[in-house]
Amino acid sequence: MSLQLKDLYDGFRDPDAIKALAKIIAEDAKKLKEPLNIMEVCGGHTHTIMKYGLKQLLPENIDFIHGPGCPVCIMPKERIDHAIALANIEGAILCTLGDMIRVPGSESSLAKERAKGCDIRSLYSPMDILPIAKENPDKKVIFFAIGFETTTPMTAAVILQAKREGIKNLFVHINHVLVPPPMHALLEDGEAKIGAFIGPSHVSVITGSKIYEPFPEMYGTPVVVSGFEPVDVMHGISMILKQKIEGRAEVEVEYERSVTREGNLVAQKMIDEVMEVRDHFRWRGIGDIPKSGLKLREEYADIDAEKVFAEYLSDTPIDDHKLCICGTILKGLAKPYECQVFGTACTPNTPLGSCMVSSEGACNAYYRFGGIE
Amino acid sequence: MKQVQLSHGGGGEEMNRLIHDLFYKNFDNDILSSAEDAAVLKPAGSVAFTTDSFTVSPIFFNGGDIGKLAIAGTVNDLAMMGAKPLWLSSAFMIEEGLPFEALERIVQSMAQELKKSGAKIVCGDTKVVPKGSVDKIFINTSGIGEVIQEGISAHALEIEDVIIVSRDIGRHGAAIMMEREGIDLHSDLQSDCETLWPAVEALIDAKVRIKAMRDATRGGLAAVLNEWAVASNICIEVEEEQLPVCEEVRGVCEMLGFEPYDLANEGTFVLAVNAEDAPLALETLSRYPFCVDAAIIGTVTLKKPGKVILKSPWGSSRFLELPKGELLPRIC
Repeated sequence: MSLQLKDLYDGFRDPDAIKALAKIIAEDAKKLKEPLNIMEVCGGHTHTIMKYGLKQLLPENIDFIHGPGCPVCIMPKERIDHAIALANIEGAILCTLGDMIRVPGSESSLAKERAKGCDIRSLYSPMDILPIAKENPDKKVIFFAIGFETTTPMTAAVILQAKREGIKNLFVHINHVLVPPPMHALLEDGEAKIGAFIGPSHVSVITGSKIYEPFPEMYGTPVVVSGFEPVDVMHGISMILKQKIEGRAEVEVEYERSVTREGNLVAQKMIDEVMEVRDHFRWRGIGDIPKSGLKLREEYADIDAEKVFAEYLSDTPIDDHKLCICGTILKGLAKPYECQVFGTACTPNTPLGSCMVSSEGACNAYYRFGGIE
Repeated sequence: MKQVQLSHGGGGEEMNRLIHDLFYKNFDNDILSSAEDAAVLKPAGSVAFTTDSFTVSPIFFNGGDIGKLAIAGTVNDLAMMGAKPLWLSSAFMIEEGLPFEALERIVQSMAQELKKSGAKIVCGDTKVVPKGSVDKIFINTSGIGEVIQEGISAHALEIEDVIIVSRDIGRHGAAIMMEREGIDLHSDLQSDCETLWPAVEALIDAKVRIKAMRDATRGGLAAVLNEWAVASNICIEVEEEQLPVCEEVRGVCEMLGFEPYDLANEGTFVLAVNAEDAPLALETLSRYPFCVDAAIIGTVTLKKPGKVILKSPWGSSRFLELPKGELLPRIC
């Protein structure tokens, strides 16, 4: 019997299981001495929590703080402007992933540039860029690569494959970022009262759960790596509660069906072969976090769009719209509905800030799924 | 390979031949072949009148083509107003270079689809435009139907009415998405593209008290329900578990991050009926192969007027909003 797609989620949306976990959580939460704020680092979890209405199933002393784990949301405007500048280079085909098309830069967005006639393509898989490069030998095919550790191996694979095939017209602009550095930054800052983390699902499949070991050790903050399905998230919360009640702080894996301690070593090796940590990356709203992003290694300078097309790109920081509080939201210090432009001047159709753009952004998730409470 | 050329739209001999050999032959009826400047019609009573333009890429897709779509789309709009589709116009904008064989297939497909409702194409127009001016072929159809059931309206929903969807949702949107360039997915998933009049006529004949009826095309089920909630100032509460969605559509949605109720349909309609008539409506629909998955999905309440609420099987609920912006695949 072949594996069906539904086998991947079937039991993990089971109403009885969700209700049973809600009951266990409600009982255990009575034993908490103080309210518990759980940060789900990843936007995928924010989406799950809002889409499945999980907050409604939790007692009042458990709250979610939505973290900075949405690759589109954390992109500062100057780097969106890079994408726009690259798309406008004569003979360029700019390729990127999904929602990136809609994010507003300082003056425009890729969607607007595409309407003006730039050749901008939204890919489902980064691998799709290889045939585009081969079919357009006279064009400069530029991949604007975004994402956390989940999508980084695909970018590395594209680069290695292009090298093997001798493709000369492919350039890559790397915006890959890492999950642990902003987690450290938020805990060190201390303003958001984070009691525990739900660790990302897909990121952890690649990196392994080992990357979270410093958090219990350094800050006494539990991390439970959970899957993206509603049963996973409820189960993860229940595991966090048990740690809190028993006075433990550990890394635990709820998403055992996919995540190991070591992660995907082949993927890690591919990333290491083409990329290295960059000294600085400016996160939208959070600001500069040292060693939080990746860049291409020197050997790949000839395909590094940031170097090849440096004359078109500016790194001057550009701040967000003054009414937009994406930064505060990304730091876990405010909920989307506390923003005065939420749902009025800022909607998914007319986003002022990036958190409203991506389906993984907290504002977008609140706009689409929230408001009923 | 024979191709459509600019001369086919030039008004001369080539165009004449195209009209006679292709359009008259396939759409054969007395009004059309009288070849007057306009069709003269004699409606018996109230008529419904609608128009729609069709552009789809690819023009041939799994479960249909732009021709089938152009007929079913307009005929369905009439049917949704309780009107029996009678007369259609059909205007083609063809890109120079379109293979003649493709145009032939499209026209034959239109003729085939017309048989399902008995409607006739009574007037038409053909333009051929230079390469690049349109994407292969655009078709506009307008339609006139005789209203046989008055009072069907988005404003007519009342508390306790029952909401029924005629089949599993999201097929057309998902099928087209899979065939688009750049998303290399393959499956046997077929568009739901279909003429709905036979099922609608049966509902009317069975005296089902239909309050509102709409085909869930662009914007999907979410758009229809939201329009009704606003128009009638009522709340529609939907049980998520009752929404019929086939495995392939669910799979595409899982992979790309879409919701089945946001995806377009081309042969799926939603109806609001008096609660007592719901079993009769379901029984009537089940006689049609394209409605065998018809299901009751929700009820009309006053909980949050103007809003649609989606209720999960585990007791949480949220608003079901209108889909927004371009549908783009998620990142990870």
